[in-house]
Amino acid sequence: MNATFYLSAAIAVLSTVLVITRANGVHALLYLVVSLLAVALVFFTLGAPFAAALEVIVYAGAIMVLFVFVVMMMNLGDAAAVREARWMEPKIWVGPSILAILLTAQLAYMLDSNTMSQPHHAIVPARAVGIAMYGPYLLCVELASMLLLAALVGAYRLAHTEHGRL
Amino acid sequence: MTTIPLDHVLILPVLLFALGVIGVLVRRNLVFILMSIEIMLNAAGLMFIIAGARWGQPDGQVMFLLVLTLAAAEVSVGLALIIRIRHRLTTLDSDAADLLQG
Repeated sequence: MNATFYLSAAIAVLSTVLVITRANGVHALLYLVVSLLAVALVFFTLGAPFAAALEVIVYAGAIMVLFVFVVMMMNLGDAAAVREARWMEPKIWVGPSILAILLTAQLAYMLDSNTMSQPHHAIVPARAVGIAMYGPYLLCVELASMLLLAALVGAYRLAHTEHGRL
Repeated sequence: MTTIPLDHVLILPVLLFALGVIGVLVRRNLVFILMSIEIMLNAAGLMFIIAGARWGQPDGQVMFLLVLTLAAAEVSVGLALIIRIRHRLTTLDSDAADLLQG
């Protein structure tokens, strides 16, 4: 499982380098998703399966979808369809796909019962996280809910115009 | 049970955070700047998870959850601002938006 950690870390760093060097927003987002998935696998090797699941669902899922929506919205127009077809060429998908397949292979290897029975770090289960969260950290949860409400109102106000269009 | 050495594990969030800083400093596109900020927040969350795993306590994961909430709020407001800047200045260059008074 040591090798799993080092390989995931290498994939995370490599794909992050590719994120900040891409000229095209969509290509950078593909590598950013791979980077987040690699970090999720690092969480898994560190014995934090709940955080790994949340990293995939919230970060690589919800937040990246927001990014994709906005990047696509920036390019509305006649030339956009042609350009979008060019972005989605098969060779664009090769790099992120290879890295994602590597991560999937590592996950399959880790889900093997032989390696799972000997974890490197003590696994902190989701149950312990939930008990801590709604025990000593209850005030933080309330504050996070207020933050999300403020972000909701702020995003609505900022993106809304009098004519109802952007 | 051979644990991964802590100083090896700590290199990863440091590298990711440095890459995020480089991204913010080098790129001029607002979407890329926001992505780099996401990379930095993620590195901070990773550091919390590492600390929590080191002592086997759930506190690290709780703090990661709060970082996740912060990231979601920051992205929604940041992307709304980017849409607004794009609509008003018709560009995504961060140097074009150097006046607070629109």
